[in-house]
Amino acid sequence: MSRWAGLGPVIAALFLTLAACATREQSALDPAGPQSGKIAALWWFFFWLLGVIFVLVMVVMLWTLVRREQTGTCEPKLQRTVTTASVATVIILLVLLVASITAGKATADLAKKPNPLTISVTGNQWWWQFRYLNSDPSQVLTTANEIHIPVGRSILLQGQSNDVIHSFWAPNLHGKRDLIPSRVTTEYIEADKPGIYRGQCAEFCGLQHAHMAFYVIAEPAGKFNAWMQAQLQPSLEPANPVLSQGQRAFLNYACVYCHQVRGTPAAGQNGPDLTHFGSRSTIAAGTLPNTPGNLGGWILNPQRIKPGTKMATVAVKPEDLQPMIQYLESLK
Amino acid sequence: MSATQDVFPRIPDEHAELSLLDRAWQNGRGIFGWLSVTTHHAIGLRYIVTAFIMLLAGGVEALLMRTQLALPNSTLLGPDRYNEIFTTHGTTMMFLFAVPVMEGMAIYLVPMICGTRNVAFPRLNAFGYWMFLAGVLFLYWGVFTNAAPDMGWFAYSPLSGPQFTPGKRTDYWAQMITFTEVSALCVATELIATIFKMRAPRMSLNRIPLYVWSILVQSFMVIFAMPAVVIASSYLLSDRTVATHFVNPAEGGDPLMYQHMFWFFGHPEVYIIFLPALGFVSSIVVTNARRAIVGYPAMVLSLVANGFIAFGLWVHHMFATGLPQIGEAYFTASSMMIAITSGVQIFCWLATLWSGNVRVNTALHFVYGFLVIFVLGGLTGVMLASVPLDLQVHDTFFVVAHFHYVLIGGALFPLFGAFYHWFPKMTGRLMNERLGRINFWVLFIGFNVTFFPLHILGLRGMPRRIYTYLPEMGWGPLNLLATIGAWIIAIGGMLFIVNFFWSRRNGRIAGHNPWEAASLEWAAASPPKNYNFEFLPVATSRYPLWAQPEERTVVTGLRNDRREVLVTTLMEAEPHHRYVLPGSSIWPFLTAITVTVGFAGSVFNPWYIVWGSILSGIALTGWFWPRRPLELEP
Amino acid sequence: MCSRCHSQAISLAALFACCVITTSSCQREKRDIQPSPTRLAIYGDAARQSTLRPGGPVLPQPVVSNPYNGSAYDISEGQRLYDWYNCSGCHFAGGGGIGPPLIKKEWIYGGEPANLFDTIVKGRPNGMPSWGGRIPEYQIWQLVAYVRSLNGEQPTSATASRQDTIEPNPQNIQNRVPGKTK
Repeated sequence: MSRWAGLGPVIAALFLTLAACATREQSALDPAGPQSGKIAALWWFFFWLLGVIFVLVMVVMLWTLVRREQTGTCEPKLQRTVTTASVATVIILLVLLVASITAGKATADLAKKPNPLTISVTGNQWWWQFRYLNSDPSQVLTTANEIHIPVGRSILLQGQSNDVIHSFWAPNLHGKRDLIPSRVTTEYIEADKPGIYRGQCAEFCGLQHAHMAFYVIAEPAGKFNAWMQAQLQPSLEPANPVLSQGQRAFLNYACVYCHQVRGTPAAGQNGPDLTHFGSRSTIAAGTLPNTPGNLGGWILNPQRIKPGTKMATVAVKPEDLQPMIQYLESLK
Repeated sequence: MSATQDVFPRIPDEHAELSLLDRAWQNGRGIFGWLSVTTHHAIGLRYIVTAFIMLLAGGVEALLMRTQLALPNSTLLGPDRYNEIFTTHGTTMMFLFAVPVMEGMAIYLVPMICGTRNVAFPRLNAFGYWMFLAGVLFLYWGVFTNAAPDMGWFAYSPLSGPQFTPGKRTDYWAQMITFTEVSALCVATELIATIFKMRAPRMSLNRIPLYVWSILVQSFMVIFAMPAVVIASSYLLSDRTVATHFVNPAEGGDPLMYQHMFWFFGHPEVYIIFLPALGFVSSIVVTNARRAIVGYPAMVLSLVANGFIAFGLWVHHMFATGLPQIGEAYFTASSMMIAITSGVQIFCWLATLWSGNVRVNTALHFVYGFLVIFVLGGLTGVMLASVPLDLQVHDTFFVVAHFHYVLIGGALFPLFGAFYHWFPKMTGRLMNERLGRINFWVLFIGFNVTFFPLHILGLRGMPRRIYTYLPEMGWGPLNLLATIGAWIIAIGGMLFIVNFFWSRRNGRIAGHNPWEAASLEWAAASPPKNYNFEFLPVATSRYPLWAQPEERTVVTGLRNDRREVLVTTLMEAEPHHRYVLPGSSIWPFLTAITVTVGFAGSVFNPWYIVWGSILSGIALTGWFWPRRPLELEP
Repeated sequence: MCSRCHSQAISLAALFACCVITTSSCQREKRDIQPSPTRLAIYGDAARQSTLRPGGPVLPQPVVSNPYNGSAYDISEGQRLYDWYNCSGCHFAGGGGIGPPLIKKEWIYGGEPANLFDTIVKGRPNGMPSWGGRIPEYQIWQLVAYVRSLNGEQPTSATASRQDTIEPNPQNIQNRVPGKTK
């Protein structure tokens, strides 16, 4: 029995060390924005308060074991103790309730910041479409699986889905928001400091739920604007014969039925927009780093890398493959 | 041990009377007799055994999942198989293990604790079991024919709809829900009737043991919660088979409505599993602290309050769908409120143990294990009630850790405790204490090694229901640790099985009341006769068996040549009239088969509902065919 | 003894029924999420060498069966591709419009799986484009499986009762027969 004595503190200590060494990537305890910062602060408040309660209950529990052979404890006293403990529980819960609602309200109030940048997030099995909305249609930018946002500016996300329910979750920035077909859900996020934050679908959405990640790249406003302007351009024309051959190959195969490359006849809407594919850091929604080798493997047998993916297994001829890869990677 | 035979006084010339009783309560022989059994021990044990086989199946599925997740980018299971396995694991554990095993224990124990001879509706009881068994076979038929459900145990539309889950996988799942919920409703009905109308004389409401109170509250919760999920799954099924549009967003159906209906059942479901476990804990604590529970009225009120509050907090499963702030505040408050009722009960147990003369046996080990694990799980539950925190940890491994802490800690540990506690009553032999303690420690350590790391993984961004993860996420070491823990739990489970079989043959003979417990089931023989008590006992106090022998009284005057019981009044349990319970009957089994034809066939062709209904009508006619006056006479 | 024979016969029959149901169910529920390239080659050649000619009479069909016949997952994939590759642009929801209807008993170029495959691969005069070499052959088979399901030529247990997308023509909803997609 005495083995239990040290357990509570040990658990707490273990928890702290492991939580503290969480990496920079994708952690709710490593906030990089005001929303996630408020939530993390609330978390530690809950953690310490409830941790103390846990230890207290455990101490009392062990005491019941150590204490043997009673000499008639008076019943009213016991009942008073139980009543006191229950009242204390109510008070603690009220404190937590107020803390929680206050934090929730403070998070929601961040939405009142003026001039948010609106991005429409559309969930698809199993990739993300992002559309930077603008009243000027020529300034609307469509991209996939990777968004850049300016640091310090409020971002309004409008979530929707093309098929099943997904959930947008970038833990370093904010909690989840479900993307539900036939509805539009909203969430405000903001990044305090530049950085690359990974996120992932958090609502089970079928075979490749595990491989449905995205990146949020927060950068200073100037850099962001430059990126935005570059992305708004149509795709680069092939600069040499090899790239031209790659482009022809790309346009000849089934690729074009699903992928769009602005500035070419490829205008498919079923898969991610590839106009500036070469500027992205990953392929297949965060599954693989974007390298020519990985891209070749992905084109030849996507089902091996992401079984069940909607990307077709296209039998690309060997002589077409290299130019096609080079062409796609050149789309910066 | 023959001295304990006389827990209640006897009257002379009982030999002839006993053989009459034996004959009246005898079960039939052969396969036909086996299928016709309506005594509550047999049905209860069938529930328990079937549910335990399901626990093993769910456990194997859990091991497969944990082994797949032990290493990043593992290819042991593909996404398709993994999705099937995690869905089947959740479905099995919730619908085919946790609820049925609690029902089985209640069917076995409640009539004895209430001091009567059977449940109120014995044939309905048998029917309920056959429906449950049909649900088990139906789902696992699907599992073994590669039609295991793969859309999650919650089956959110539109992922569960005809377009995104083709084939019959979801239909098997949805119809399995109907099977098991029909069964649960049968059990709830008969248990409420038993508790309200068949208690031992003078067992007034304020003398009912806490376990029976918890079953009463649980049964009412079943009656209000289960219809919601049956309707939700029927919406889904009719969307899939006859092209309705209840939950199809494209045609104006509402996937969120499905979620609301599912969780309106889904949250109370947790308490449906958990309340009987609280009853186990109360029984074990009172018995082993060897004193009355501290704060009986507070305990009862918490149980009842728990039953009400449980229906007001389902939305905390859906915070991420977006809710207005006032709604968030309301559901946060109601979710936190449930911590008060659990807290009160924990304080009462601690006070009882603190002031009692504690005997530390294996059952009490499991109660202490329950306290550690459940308190931790309850505290993380308070965290989940907070909307901002929930938005971060919802649908991550943090939630997986949380609900395994409350369900394994809150329900499975007390259940194991209950087995060690009541095993002597069920078999007449005690379980091995030394092996029991080893069993406890292996399970306790294995459990914490498995599930504690998952809290941290969740906070570090690992979502639930992913079949694999990338090595660079850094989730590998903790996942490996959790997998090692899962295998330790498996060893613990094996130890329990070993202990069970060893003790059944070689355990010490228990006698009537090995723990010197207070409630009436310990007045019956171990294992009990089909009629439980030769003379129905009278509950002279809240703890009748702790009364002096001369204060123990029994009921006389019931006829022994037929299955006669005493019906008492609701509040004070004053004797009201004698009542004859039906005996063995094959009709529940036949009716269950006809209903199964309708339910199972409708997955493939809606016309089976019609054929099944006609057949069921015929079977029910047989069931309710008027009997000879002797059996009907009150 | 006789009763024992009887029960043995019953259990044998039950076993046989189990096997039949099991195998049909396995076929229906199979999710071939990693179509192997070898399979593509086999079916590719078989269909290319068919002697069918556009506009010609219906000749004896090549002995090629659809590997995805009766597979719920592949029929559903075919349904998705039907929209993704814009078959619906001409054939609409199967009732036809710009292109001929696909719900019918009379086929211009044959209605057997191999004929449909051939039609999709090679294209036909008056607007049907040739898809051979552009989209992978396993997807063509999935489309064939779906088109066949429109005519109730797939097991009802493997076809979806309805689409999850918006049905533009209310008539299709009213006249829908359970088990058939349209």
